[in-house]
Amino acid sequence: MAAIEAEGLVKIYRSRKSEVRALDGVDLEVQEGTVLGLLGPNGAGKTTTVRILATLLRADDGRARVGGLDVTREAQAVRKLIGLSGQYAAVDENLTGRENLWMFGRLYQLPSAEARRRADELLTQFDLENAGDRVAKTYSGGMRRRLDLASALVGRPRLLFLDEPTTGLDPRSRLGMWDVIRSQVREGNTLLLTTQYLEEADELADEIAVVDHGRIIARGTADELKTQVGGERIEVVVHDRERLSEAAGAIAPDGSASLEEHTKRITVAAHGGAQQLVDVVRSLGDAGIALDDIALRRPTLDDVFLSLTGRAAEQRDEETDE
Amino acid sequence: MNAMPGAVTDGMVIAWRTLKRVPRIPELAIFAILQSIMFVVLFAFVFGGAIPLPGGGSYREYLMPGIFIQTLAFASITTAIGIADDMTKGIIDRFRSLPMARSGVLSGRTFADVVYTTGILAVLMLTGLVVGWRVHSSVGEFLLAVLLMVFFTYAMAWVGVFLGLVAPTVETVQQLGFLIVFPLTFLSNAFVPTETLPDVLQPIAEWNPISVLTQATRELFGNPSPFPTGSFPSEHPYLLSVLWTIAILVVFAPLAVSRYRAIDR
Repeated sequence: MAAIEAEGLVKIYRSRKSEVRALDGVDLEVQEGTVLGLLGPNGAGKTTTVRILATLLRADDGRARVGGLDVTREAQAVRKLIGLSGQYAAVDENLTGRENLWMFGRLYQLPSAEARRRADELLTQFDLENAGDRVAKTYSGGMRRRLDLASALVGRPRLLFLDEPTTGLDPRSRLGMWDVIRSQVREGNTLLLTTQYLEEADELADEIAVVDHGRIIARGTADELKTQVGGERIEVVVHDRERLSEAAGAIAPDGSASLEEHTKRITVAAHGGAQQLVDVVRSLGDAGIALDDIALRRPTLDDVFLSLTGRAAEQRDEETDE
Repeated sequence: MNAMPGAVTDGMVIAWRTLKRVPRIPELAIFAILQSIMFVVLFAFVFGGAIPLPGGGSYREYLMPGIFIQTLAFASITTAIGIADDMTKGIIDRFRSLPMARSGVLSGRTFADVVYTTGILAVLMLTGLVVGWRVHSSVGEFLLAVLLMVFFTYAMAWVGVFLGLVAPTVETVQQLGFLIVFPLTFLSNAFVPTETLPDVLQPIAEWNPISVLTQATRELFGNPSPFPTGSFPSEHPYLLSVLWTIAILVVFAPLAVSRYRAIDR
């Protein structure tokens, strides 16, 4: 059964000067117990989509059902099913972690004692016990995100919306956040996650929908998208420019490598992954060709965008996500 | 808004979180009190000597009710800043994503701000006693004055909620609030008798809600209240205080609520 379904969502932000079609007909379907990653650059419409599904924003056109309920007509019932964790940590920074969780528990209509128990439980689960009685203002970025996510889980929601849960986090905090998110998935919850990182969608999502200009421009599993982009590639920078074509021949005798003369760079598709990297190093070594650099590069959001739209994700006009 | 059984509880939870910040950020309350004390010092000791009270009486006793009402009016800016801060930080979004009574966010906030401002008022009354302000009336009249002030504070809190919801940033709301409240309190009888004002401004000052409330509380405290007799506001300060307060409430509470409901547009 589809836990989240949206059909033709349109949202137009009007100001005196301009009209921005933030969403231009978004269709989505997330099956129960699966994770959908909404992938796209800033201003693509990811946040707007999440806000509509989480009953915070009204669509100008289209329909959306969450847990089988209409997000506009049955908003209050939808709110009982969902948990929302935003891009900006929406906790009360003048309350302690424990107080925040207690408050959200009360507002989820839990009795006071139960809200207190739930707060303790979540502080433990999110590794915040020691910081539980400190005011949230003093938390690090990673701790704040964890508290924000914990707040979203107070009511044990079956459906979770995570809007860029790791944007702005350092790599270590990001990995920690991924663990927490994965444990939610294991419990069988349905998740809709927005991200700017292909790697993150790859790690966490069963299916990925690529958003651009308020439309879904591609969808599929991470592997399907990567295949479309051409998968991983090996990049080699040789030391001597004169030996560039010789090196290319050694790496790919079939002539499939592409050369870039001025950077002395050779790129070749790496269908064989790490083993192929080892082979490349060996054959170049055998030929006695010196290297400046060699790397196995995974496709990024930019590669996906380049192959889908013919332009890089960063080349955006001045649209914003709000 | 949904008439949910949890509406009262939700409001109390929001009030609790609003009041929690008072001891956590003591600067806010301290600055609010210091600002009022600054006005007391400025007028009681600097300008006061140059302000003649028609009919005589102690200027300091005349001044204090004006300071009280001014402080209550300024408290609405505190509410506005609080709401604008919650809006920009995303905490309002969090509340709106929860299955709570939607009325709770605003009713809790306004209730908490009335409690907070009443506390500030109590400190200012003690300050008044130090500089020579006295209550010369009965306990009943004193309590009636306090009741009028609390009711007015509640109405002004809704003005604050509305401003906080329409202003795009905390800085804007601070400026906007100041621009509205500052002239309002000075174009009144709070610091000077209205008859010292130019003729064109006199009727405005007399009908000003700040003036009628100041006048009413002065009379209830038994402080000097040299309002020029003959004009309607001077003869009916109680009636007008109540009417003004109701009017502010009736206009701004629905405006704030409908604005809050329209956040999802």
